[in-house]
Amino acid sequence: MHNAENSKYAKTHEWAYLENGVVTVGISEYAQQEIGDIVFVDLPKTGTQVTAGQNCCVIESVKSASEIYAPVSGEIVEVNEAVNADPALVNRAAHGDGWLFKIKASKPEEYEALLDLKAYKETLDK
Amino acid sequence: MFTPHTEEDKKIMLQKIGAANVRELLNQIPADLLYPQLHLPVALTEQALTRHMQMLAAKNKPLANFIGAGCEEHFIPAAVNALSGRGEFLTAYTPYQAEASQGTLQTIYEFQSCICALFDMDVCSASHYDGATAMAEAAAACLRVNNRCKILYSAGLHPHYKEVLKTYLKHTAGVQLEEVTLTNGTVDLAALEKQLTPDVSGFVVAGPNFLGQLEPLEDIAELVHKAGALLVSVAKPLALPLLHTPGQYGADFAVAEGQPLGNSMSFGGPGLGIFTCKKEFVRQVPGRIAGMAKDKNGKRSFVLTLQAREQHIRRERAASNICSNQALCALNAVIYMTLLGPEGLREVAELNLEKAHRLADLLKADGHKLKFDGYFFNEFVVELNAPAKQVIKKLAKKGIAAGYDLGEASKELKNCLLVCVTETKTEADLQDYVNALRGF
Repeated sequence: MHNAENSKYAKTHEWAYLENGVVTVGISEYAQQEIGDIVFVDLPKTGTQVTAGQNCCVIESVKSASEIYAPVSGEIVEVNEAVNADPALVNRAAHGDGWLFKIKASKPEEYEALLDLKAYKETLDK
Repeated sequence: MFTPHTEEDKKIMLQKIGAANVRELLNQIPADLLYPQLHLPVALTEQALTRHMQMLAAKNKPLANFIGAGCEEHFIPAAVNALSGRGEFLTAYTPYQAEASQGTLQTIYEFQSCICALFDMDVCSASHYDGATAMAEAAAACLRVNNRCKILYSAGLHPHYKEVLKTYLKHTAGVQLEEVTLTNGTVDLAALEKQLTPDVSGFVVAGPNFLGQLEPLEDIAELVHKAGALLVSVAKPLALPLLHTPGQYGADFAVAEGQPLGNSMSFGGPGLGIFTCKKEFVRQVPGRIAGMAKDKNGKRSFVLTLQAREQHIRRERAASNICSNQALCALNAVIYMTLLGPEGLREVAELNLEKAHRLADLLKADGHKLKFDGYFFNEFVVELNAPAKQVIKKLAKKGIAAGYDLGEASKELKNCLLVCVTETKTEADLQDYVNALRGF
């Protein structure tokens, strides 16, 4: 199961967790705090092809609409329906049950190029 | 209270951004347009100006008005303007600060609620500039919802609506617009079915249409949905108490011009754009929506809600650049609707229907021909023996604004007159009209 420690990170605050060729994606604890109370998650449609760095999801809070970028390229194979009914789940469990979508990775090397927790934390201190 | 920048403030800001003066910031504007010489006449005193305006007003010839075509004369009870003209409403600012705008927000919320009830739709926005822009926004929303690239529209739309639709979608890449023709004054269903190809995102249809004819909206909705497309219907609010509502026939978006609800004609504006939709599309709604909430003490309060769609937050990814509404016109409308209530609105609708049909019958008995034989609400088309333009001129001399010259919309209809009869007309008015039109 993915958590803050065993995930990799994009500079844009998404975390990614690879298992059996499928990458689960969510937003970091830092991101959920900055975004504030989440009221709606505009999840991507399964079957959509995405490229690394492409905006594929939008998270709406009371004060903003934040774009979420695919950390790796591939096909969206699953989305977390639970956040439709309970968007605050992303705030409560950003690294766990509040995951957003899963990508069947087409380029595994992109995953390796992501930051580990330590490197991601360093970007926050700047 | 307005607190302007001081000269010191300006100096600091200019220094920070590296501009010598404010004029430098306007360098993209062509010099001849920047501070043009306007050569205005000397300003008049209040007394002279009043005299001048009275002289202009005296030139107006009040005619018995039988013109509809998107802007109708209806009786506005005195209570409407007496209430909306109060300073608290008339000069209140935009309700961006909920804590200072509860009154305004509540009237918007009530307006939305009344319209939802009248239209049988789930969601209503705080209003738009006019019916035409509300319609264009609905078409744009269809494109966003299903990611298809073609919008079909009925030839029976108001000509101005067609122009606005084209303008709105002109710069949206990859979007095609296609007209569906009419047959005998209503949408050609066979043509529509053929044109509903898999790339069609939505179909925009007016019912009653610009020619006053009712459309088979249930059948249209079925065809449109079968093709996987969305239905945008342009309705007439005052007709709704008597017709199947957009909610009943399954419109995905239902829009309208709300001017007939308690707003004067005012030479064509301001209008009141009504925008409603099914609940599933609420996040595609452009502009403002008022919502009901609880304050920190648990008391009922009103707020602008779902603002993350709007351009001041979503910027270039917003549903629309529109972030305003027609608050005062919507206020007139909600006062009107509340004053009349469902029964009163139904009575107004019945009066419109009866009087329009009464005039049509009188004209037919007097030897005139109606161009279309379908059902109509309060507008119908008379086919004359001469160009409508001339007949309108002749009847104006007799104190009657005979109707709208359909020759403006299409050459084939140049002998056709679009006549609108509302509850404002008496039997005597109708007789005068028949007498005046005799022989044409």
